[in-house]
Amino acid sequence: MSEFLTFTLTGLGTGTTYALVGLGVAMVFQVTGVINFAQGDFVMIGGLSFASFAEAGLPEPVAALLALLITTVVGALLNLLVIRPARRANRERLVILTIGASITLEGVALLVFGADSHFASAFTGGDPISIGGARLPRQYLWCALATVVAVVLMWLFLTRTRPGTAMRATAMDTDAARLMGISPARMSLLAFTLAAALGAIGGIVLTPLQPPDASVGIPFGLKAFTAAVIGGLSSPVGAVFGGLLVGLVEAYATGYISSDYKNTLTFGLLLLVLLIRPTGLLHRASVVRV
Amino acid sequence: MSEQAAEEKTPSGAGDGELVLSVTELVAGYDRIEALHGIDIEVRAGEAVTLIGANGAGKTTLLGTIAGLLKAWRGRIQFAGEDVTRWSAERRTRAGLALVPEGRRVFAGLTVEENLHLGAYSRARSSTAEGLATVYELFPKLKDRRRQPAGTMSGGEQQMLAIGRALMSRPKLLLLDEPSLGLAPLAVREVADALVELAGRDTTLALVEQNAQVAFHVAQRGYLLDRGRVVTAGSVDELRDDPRVHQAYLGQPAQ
Ligand SMILES: Nc1ncnc2c1ncn2[C@@H]1O[C@H](COP(=O)(O)OP(=O)(O)OP(=O)(O)O)[C@@H](O)[C@H]1O
Ligand SMILES: [Mg+2]
Repeated sequence: MSEFLTFTLTGLGTGTTYALVGLGVAMVFQVTGVINFAQGDFVMIGGLSFASFAEAGLPEPVAALLALLITTVVGALLNLLVIRPARRANRERLVILTIGASITLEGVALLVFGADSHFASAFTGGDPISIGGARLPRQYLWCALATVVAVVLMWLFLTRTRPGTAMRATAMDTDAARLMGISPARMSLLAFTLAAALGAIGGIVLTPLQPPDASVGIPFGLKAFTAAVIGGLSSPVGAVFGGLLVGLVEAYATGYISSDYKNTLTFGLLLLVLLIRPTGLLHRASVVRV
Repeated sequence: MSEQAAEEKTPSGAGDGELVLSVTELVAGYDRIEALHGIDIEVRAGEAVTLIGANGAGKTTLLGTIAGLLKAWRGRIQFAGEDVTRWSAERRTRAGLALVPEGRRVFAGLTVEENLHLGAYSRARSSTAEGLATVYELFPKLKDRRRQPAGTMSGGEQQMLAIGRALMSRPKLLLLDEPSLGLAPLAVREVADALVELAGRDTTLALVEQNAQVAFHVAQRGYLLDRGRVVTAGSVDELRDDPRVHQAYLGQPAQ
C-alpha cells in the first residue's frame, strides 16, 4: 500500500511538470492553430542549460534564470525564423515544420551539450519526507510548487493584463481580434515565448530527478502532447489534468512493470485518447476557459 | 457606374466633406472565385452611406476587403488620405477603420467590459475611460451587464456590444455589416435608433443592410450592389423608388 502511495505521489510530482509543458502545447495551439512538436525541446534546452551552468559552478538560482532566458529566446527565434515566414502555409505543413525544428534543435543541443546526460543536485537537501508511510524526495515538492506558481502567474497574465486578454481574444476568434488592431503574428510570438518559458521551468525542476540529455526532447514533446490532447487541446484545466495522468501512468508503469515500458505505456495512452476522441485533436474550441 | 455616382451625389446631400474612403475598381473574392468585379465607392466625412443588395451580392465581401480581412486582387482602397490596399487588417484598425462584422463576432467567453477594452486595444490606455463613458451613454444596457460574459447576452445586446466595441477605437469610419440581422423587432429598433444617433453626431459610417427600413432610416445615400457590381447609386429617396432596389429585396416593401 505504501508502495502504491509512493508511486502515486512521485507520479503526481512529475506529472505537474508534464502539465506545465502540456499547457504550453495547448496555449500555442489555441492562439496559432499550430501543434508545436518542438515543445519538448524547450524542456530539453531548459534542463540541459540549467545543469551545464550548475556543473560550471554557477549558483543554482542564477543557472535557472539563465536557462529560462536562453530557452525563451529559442522559443522566440523558433517563432520568428520558422513559423512566421511560413504563416501562409496550411496547418499540416506548419506541424511538419515544428517536427523539423525539433530535429534541428536536438542536433544543435548535441553539438553544444554533447551526447551525455547532465546533472544537478536537488534544490534542497534533506531526507525524503514521509507521507502516510510513503517516502517522497523533496524535489517532487519543488516540481509541484514551480507548477503552481507558473500556472497562477499565467492565469494572472491571461486574465488581468491587456496582452493576455488580447491573446485569449485571438484564440477565440482571430479575425475579430485583428479587427481590434491585434496582430496575430505578435500574439503567436508571445505564445511561443511563454510556452518556451513553461517548458524551461519544467525542464529545470525535473533535472535533479531525470538528468537530461540531448535526446529527451521528443519523448517530452509527446508526453506534453498527450497531456494537452487529454484536455482536448482547448482547456488549461484539461491540460493540467492530462499532465497529472501521464505522470501517474508513467510512475505505475515504472514501479510495477519496468522503466523500459514507461514510454510505451504513455504513448499507448496517447493512442487510446486519439482513438476515443479524435475531435479533441482536430477542432479548435471557440472558447478559452481560464 | 462611378460617373453616375458622382452625378447623383450633389442632390443626395453627400456634402463636400473630406474624402474618408475611396474604393477604385476593386476586384476581390475567395480562392479562385471572384466575388467583386470592379467596385467604385466613396464615403465622405460625416456621411452615413448604405450598401444594399440581394443575398450574395457581395456586400460582406466588400466590407471584408475594405477592412483588410480579405485581400484585394486588383484595384485600390484609399483611407484617410493613404493607400491602404496592402495594409493588414490590424494596421487599418489602428489607422481608424472599424468594422462591425456580420454575425457580431463578440468574444463570447470574455465579459462585456473586456470586449470593450479590446475595442480600444489600438489606442492609448488613458483614453479607455472616456470611450467607456461614451459607449455606456449610447447603450446603457451594456453598463448594467459589464461583468457578464458576452456570450450569455441576447442577440440585440451582443449587437450593441459589437457596435460599442468598434466605437472604442474612435474610428474615422465605421463599417457595419447587417447589424439588424436575426434580431427581434424591438432590438432592431434600438440598434437603428443608436445608428441614427451616431450618424447625427457626425460619425462617418457605411452600413450594409438587408432591412431596407433600417438602411433608409439611417443613411442619406447609398449604393445598390448586384452580383459583385454597383448597379446604381443615389440618395435614399431615389433608391427607395428604384424598381431595381425593390427587386433586390425580393418583393420586400421598401417603405
Ligand atoms: N467564404 C466564401 N468562400 C467562397 N465564396 C464565398 C464565401 N463567402 C461568400 N462567397 C461568395 O461570394 C459572393 C458574395 O458573397 P457575400 O457574402 O459577400 O454576399 P452578401 O451580399 O454579403 O450576402 P448576404 O446578404 O447573404 O450576407 C457570393 O456568391 C458568395 O457565394
Ligand atoms: Mg453578407
